[in-house]
Amino acid sequence: MKIIIAGCGKVGYALAQQLNDEGHELTLIDNSAERLQPALSNLDLQGVVGNASSFLTLLEADIEHTDLLIAVTGQDEINLISCLLAKKASKCRTIARVRNPEYFREINYLKDCMDISMIINPESAAANAIAQLIQVPDAMDIDSFANGKVDLMQVVITEDSPLHNMKVQDFSRKFNHEILICILVHDHQVCIPNGNSVLMAGDTISIILPREKINSFYRMSKLATIREIRDVMIAGGGMIPYYLAQSLLRSGIDVKLIERNRDRCDFLSEALPKATIIHSDATDHDMLLEEGIEQTDAFVSLTNGDEANIFLSLYANKVNATCKKITKVNRLELDEIISDLPIGSILSPKNITTEYILQYVRSQHNSYGSNVEALYRLMDNQVEALEFLVKEDCEVTDVPFINLNLKKNLLICCIVRKGRIITPSGRDFIQKGDKVIVVTTHKGLQDISDIMDDPLK
Amino acid sequence: MNYSIIFKIIGWIIQLEGIFFLPPALTGFLFGETKDAVVYLILATLCIVLGGLIRMRKTVKTTFYAKEGFVTVALSWIIMSAVGALPFVLTGDIPSYPDALFEIISGLTTTGSSILTNVEALSHANLFWRSFSHWIGGMGVLVFMLAILPMTGGSTMNLMKAESPGPSVGKLVPKMQRTAFLLYAIYFVMTIITVIFLLCGGMSLFESLCHAFGAAGTGGFGIKNDSLAGYSTYLQNVITVSMFLFGVNFSFYYYLLIRKVKDAFCMEEVRWYFFIFLGAVALITVSLVAEGGAVGESIQTVAFQVASVMTTTGYATADFNLWPAVSRGIMVVLMFIGACAGSTGGGIKVSRIMIYLKQVRKELMQQIHPKRIRVLKMDGKALDSTVVHSCNTLLMAYVLIFIVSLLLICLDGFDMTTNFTSIAATLNNIGPGLNVVGPTGNFSEFSTLSKFVLMFDMLAGRLEIIPMMVLFHPGTWKK
Repeated sequence: MKIIIAGCGKVGYALAQQLNDEGHELTLIDNSAERLQPALSNLDLQGVVGNASSFLTLLEADIEHTDLLIAVTGQDEINLISCLLAKKASKCRTIARVRNPEYFREINYLKDCMDISMIINPESAAANAIAQLIQVPDAMDIDSFANGKVDLMQVVITEDSPLHNMKVQDFSRKFNHEILICILVHDHQVCIPNGNSVLMAGDTISIILPREKINSFYRMSKLATIREIRDVMIAGGGMIPYYLAQSLLRSGIDVKLIERNRDRCDFLSEALPKATIIHSDATDHDMLLEEGIEQTDAFVSLTNGDEANIFLSLYANKVNATCKKITKVNRLELDEIISDLPIGSILSPKNITTEYILQYVRSQHNSYGSNVEALYRLMDNQVEALEFLVKEDCEVTDVPFINLNLKKNLLICCIVRKGRIITPSGRDFIQKGDKVIVVTTHKGLQDISDIMDDPLK
Repeated sequence: MNYSIIFKIIGWIIQLEGIFFLPPALTGFLFGETKDAVVYLILATLCIVLGGLIRMRKTVKTTFYAKEGFVTVALSWIIMSAVGALPFVLTGDIPSYPDALFEIISGLTTTGSSILTNVEALSHANLFWRSFSHWIGGMGVLVFMLAILPMTGGSTMNLMKAESPGPSVGKLVPKMQRTAFLLYAIYFVMTIITVIFLLCGGMSLFESLCHAFGAAGTGGFGIKNDSLAGYSTYLQNVITVSMFLFGVNFSFYYYLLIRKVKDAFCMEEVRWYFFIFLGAVALITVSLVAEGGAVGESIQTVAFQVASVMTTTGYATADFNLWPAVSRGIMVVLMFIGACAGSTGGGIKVSRIMIYLKQVRKELMQQIHPKRIRVLKMDGKALDSTVVHSCNTLLMAYVLIFIVSLLLICLDGFDMTTNFTSIAATLNNIGPGLNVVGPTGNFSEFSTLSKFVLMFDMLAGRLEIIPMMVLFHPGTWKK
């Protein structure tokens, strides 16, 4: 694909490096020739010096023949304008990085009215990844796709589990239709289960389940004894901790935030009434003990200093070796050294942003030239997850799924309606304007109407 | 220094040269020169096998930096020349190896200076190889290699930078391989068109190919003793136009290709190139007419000589040695200006001359308004200070090499005009100079030492000096 990356900062460069390795044709835009220089001398791509929100600069980067614009400059406004201009000039898809929370709150409106394919907020994406690390047991594999909208979790069924010998329709009833089995691997055979499929011990199932249901699912299915996380201590009160606390509180986990700045504390306590906000320096060791670092289930170091984060996690490990530790490190240049330290999971917000965007680009590349919005390959390419945008009414819209004659080995696993995610059951139906995610073992679906079983073909 | 990758690329280059030996072999068979054809065939086989053996060495790291780029390019050209000289010696047409080396370096660097007193005595196979080497060297072997080999990684840019002429080497499209491919495609198609036009004028296929190769690479080896003087006016005009067109920056053709006609004609360098050409033709014609020449005939002859010298080709239809002094002066100035950057021509390049003039103007303005800030611009865009800096350094190095070479050549005892223009003709990859080395003369009378100095100048001129200097700088080889 031909891709333009606007902004050659850390994320821009990391993206360029990876996409260049994957063989895409890249053009980089940055207003500083100096910043472009390392990319130009190390990677096989073209550079344009100029303002990414100027139409002439975009023309010079050959926007008319480009398939995708990724705007990751330091300024939200430039990113958005550059996506808007690109959209006017060509039929390309656009990705914008928007980190200002005020814009991010309106993300769905912005996406719709500016027709941007993906808006990524690095802090929120990082918070999402941390929340996943905290809530999902280590033993579980996760396939995240559709811009992180859908998490597919893989579970192996054991013999003493009540799920052994259970029909899929009974399974659905047992969990109030909140959990959907998308893929069933029985005896190395991958299939998409229907209501009559039977789950057996040794099978691997991929399920969609809301994060807050993970614990109850494990308890009821007796798959593994996991240590439930009930309270989390977060050092730092920036944007990532804010988004993280929001998401954790929603799942009913107690959150303790430690922040040094008094005004910020006031803001946090107003925005997160359920969280405990501690006004103190996170490195104050008496305060940490007083606030119960020795008993906490998880400790997340998210202050602005890499060194402080590493030391805090080392300390947490010393006084409470069993707690789950997550450390934010911005500069990963020396990760060979720190990865040996007992500081739990190490995570860099920039890498997470890059990964999210890369995943999207790959899905775009897979669906190149068809009506499919995005295509993800799962389970060693044996299963495809396709994302369709229903632009107009057709034979599949407004009909409950029970009455639709769908293809075998095909499942509608998720509907995104106005930014809200619906896990469909038989009574739901597709509406115009929905984004529909379909999981199937059939290859080469072109259009949403292809999900119907057509006996003629 | 990453030796393994250098070896690998040199292996490829030797194999490629083996493949390049095949067309002359075919020519030999077609003209019944079996002995020569067999020599070429054997050499081709040897090159392909030997190159393969060198390439077998496992490369640990595939990345290489600017340093490796320069060294690889400089070494590749030296090795190519050393191998390329062999057929002349083995077929017996040029028995002395230094002479053969001079001839092939002159061919590959698209200079066109010859040590041969009687070109017509050469076999067809050797004539073809001489001309074909212009075509290979014109766009560059490494660029050819980049176009056909799947070399990943951005570091390949270092190769193209070192081989392609011009102050700032850019890509036409994001991917290196595609850029190299496009360049060769344009080059190839334009060569074919030239051949067709020549065939229409009644030239034989062999002669058309040889002359088209010389014009395309802006080389200048003729296959007749009187170069192109013996051909019809039509054929001479075809060569004039094609020489001129191959001296234009290839980005111009790319812009035309993607239908950005406005951008193409807005290229400052191409405009300057055009006006310098017109100005030179007009001035010299006036001076010739003043001496009693016919207007129409003069324009035609002058246009040919000017295009030939300015694009650094070196074909001749008239002996400009006999022209008035002012005309000869203009010709020498044109030798230094040269063609556009990003073309197959040599010389200092029009774009660099523009940068130098703009700097002088800026400096003058600075004297008048000491606090004035003025940014140097080209094509409406600010020039990067590193580009200006490297242009200035190149001029310094250029003058330095020129002076040292001149001193060494003086040992042979020729007159100053001969000495001066012989260096100018080789360092700028033109071919003929004035007096002894004029369009009707040749370089055979120089001593072996002088020949080696001139060979170095030709290679340095083709690769724009820096790669050759990097190769011979001891700092390159220290750990």
